[in-house]
Amino acid sequence: MIPVQFYLVISTLLFFIGVFGFISRKNLIGLLMSIELILNAVNINFVAFNRYLFPNQIEGYIYSLFIIVVAAAETAVAIAIIMNVYRRMGNETVKSIKELKN
Amino acid sequence: MEITSIAPWILLLPFLMFIFLGLTAHKFSGQTSAKIGTTAFGIVAILCYYVAGRYFFGNFSVLDANGFEVFNKTGEIYNQITVFNWTWMQMTENLTIHIGFYLDPISAMMLVVIATVSLMVHIYSYGYMFEHGHFDEGMSRYYAVLSLFSFAMLGLVLATNIFQMYIFWELVGVSSFLLIGYYFFKPAAVSACKKAFIVTRFADMFFLIGILILSYHTQTFDFDQLNADNAKHVLDSFSITDGSRGITFLGFPLITIATFCIFLGGAGKSAMFPFHIWLPDAMEGPTPSSALIHAATMVVAGVFLVARLFPVYSFAAPEVLNAICYIGAFTALFAAIIAVAQTDIKRVLAFSTISQIAYMMVALGVARFGNHESELGFTASMMHLFTHAMFKAMLFLCCGCIIHCVESNEMSKMGGLKKYMPITYWCFLIGCLAIAGIPIFSGFYSKGEILTACLENGYTAIYVVMTLTAGLTAFYMFRLFFHIFHYEENPEYATSHHKPHDQGWQMTLPLIVFAVLTVGFVFLPGFNNAITATRTYMEMPTNWTVEGISIAVALLGIAIAFFLYYKKNEKPANIMAKCPALCEFVYNRMKIDEIWYGITRSFIFGVICKSIAWFDHNCIDGFMNLCAWITQKVSLETKDAQSGNVQQYVWVFIMGVVTIAFLALY
Repeated sequence: MIPVQFYLVISTLLFFIGVFGFISRKNLIGLLMSIELILNAVNINFVAFNRYLFPNQIEGYIYSLFIIVVAAAETAVAIAIIMNVYRRMGNETVKSIKELKN
Repeated sequence: MEITSIAPWILLLPFLMFIFLGLTAHKFSGQTSAKIGTTAFGIVAILCYYVAGRYFFGNFSVLDANGFEVFNKTGEIYNQITVFNWTWMQMTENLTIHIGFYLDPISAMMLVVIATVSLMVHIYSYGYMFEHGHFDEGMSRYYAVLSLFSFAMLGLVLATNIFQMYIFWELVGVSSFLLIGYYFFKPAAVSACKKAFIVTRFADMFFLIGILILSYHTQTFDFDQLNADNAKHVLDSFSITDGSRGITFLGFPLITIATFCIFLGGAGKSAMFPFHIWLPDAMEGPTPSSALIHAATMVVAGVFLVARLFPVYSFAAPEVLNAICYIGAFTALFAAIIAVAQTDIKRVLAFSTISQIAYMMVALGVARFGNHESELGFTASMMHLFTHAMFKAMLFLCCGCIIHCVESNEMSKMGGLKKYMPITYWCFLIGCLAIAGIPIFSGFYSKGEILTACLENGYTAIYVVMTLTAGLTAFYMFRLFFHIFHYEENPEYATSHHKPHDQGWQMTLPLIVFAVLTVGFVFLPGFNNAITATRTYMEMPTNWTVEGISIAVALLGIAIAFFLYYKKNEKPANIMAKCPALCEFVYNRMKIDEIWYGITRSFIFGVICKSIAWFDHNCIDGFMNLCAWITQKVSLETKDAQSGNVQQYVWVFIMGVVTIAFLALY
């Protein structure tokens, strides 16, 4: 059986790649993909801990399924917003959506 | 009927009427409100008469706080009965404020006075408010406030404790304010009602201070406890013994300060010098309300207050009683002199009211517990309160009839009204004879007793002043009388299609009732049976020398008035021409109002208000401005943090999480 640390290392790497991507990418689509990475890191954690700590229960699986559904919905909304931003601003960089500030 | 079951209605019914009439003022016409209000007060009056009658002549008992039966009379002594005593506010274990119903001879007598005068004024007002064929628009409001006043005045005289008295004291002040300012579109009425309220409120501040000092030391508000056993509780609390005056403050005995402050509150309501300035101006209100409030009931509240605490004054602070009688004597003479020079008929009556209330104060001031002679003043004062309420209310109501016809308050617009208004004429004459102190009429008996009390207690100087005042009273009242009804007829009457005439029955009935009470006073049961300082029968001495002198002085006053004012002549003008400055000075009320205005402007506005305003502008506003300035600066400096750059926020957030995790771990 693969020890739980292996999964945790993978998910940590995935999480920080996501965070790094969120901070450094200029493109809104890139930001969205980074968020997906972060969510997937969380999913891996849920599934791994559920398998190792409480093999007879399924709450962890349910949660990860739930997160996948929410992420899909969120992506749909985000894509719609990004398309509107693109139509309005002519590009889809993060810097272009500062207008709400004023 | 049981007294305990009727008693609450005496207070509740007028209060409910006030709320009802006040809330339905826009729905009912003035007449309807007037009829409802008068009917309701008629019921209250019947209850008052019943309670007072049972108290004086009947026999009943109520249960006191400890469950013992207390009878209204034990042998020949009338007891002080607390019919009920509801807890109104429970502040702490020791500090409780009760609203109750306290019956003793003076409050039972006041029940009769208030019921009679207020009922008559309710009836009279119906006619008075009907002018030029239509009713006054504010009539519902007027009757609502009359009910409020009746409620407050009944609550005041029936108070079981000094705090209840203070609450109702302020309520009568408010209703007086509302009635003086009834014609709110007249600037004079507005300033008069403000003046009355501010002056009496200023005096009430002293009343409150007095209550606080007294009750702080005695730990009670109850009249029962304060007055019991020759005010023993008060003497003990202030550690007053035969040799010492007890606790002192700034060199004065504290009990003197407390009781004098309480008296000052009474002086404000009873228009004693120097707080008298509001009463003449209060004549701007409708005349029936002047008759009720500013002649018969509210203005005697101060006298009632001193009478209520009489054992405390007599045993604990006799020096304050001395002060009261000197202030009273000065006020009586002072107001009588001013009344001589006034030309507005209601103003003359107002100053005469001040002067007569001062008589009552003097009588209380010369009285002490001890023997029949020294206690005489108390009974005399209460008698004068009763007789004065009746004849002065009648005089005011007569004035109302006259003003209604002539549509002016000025004497110069009147004259020769005798043949037009016979009923008013006879009633006014009876009132004048009573106030002048002519035998048979009620004023003679009460005034005679007051003068006797002054002389027999060794206040000879005061006796002389009061006798002089009696002469002046007779003079100015008959000056008024001759000016209105004889002198020279105003030529406008004969040609006018609106000839002066006696008013309808609503206005003449009260006059006749009061006239009967004034003439028939001798047939009323003697005041010395119950209304005495010891609440038992007391021999009333009749000093024929004193009576004779007072009759002679009164007749002299009437004779001079007859000589000068019966027919139109040049004599009064000639006399006035000899000393125009003095006449002007007296006509302007000896400039006391101006002195008060001067003090208010230069001291209160100039010194106190200015310094407080400076503190407000510079310190309080300054602190607030500083807070605002700091907030603005900080927000200007930190607003750049909100850049709108999402990635920056996330960066800060992650660093925050790392910092917190770091702090939590190590």
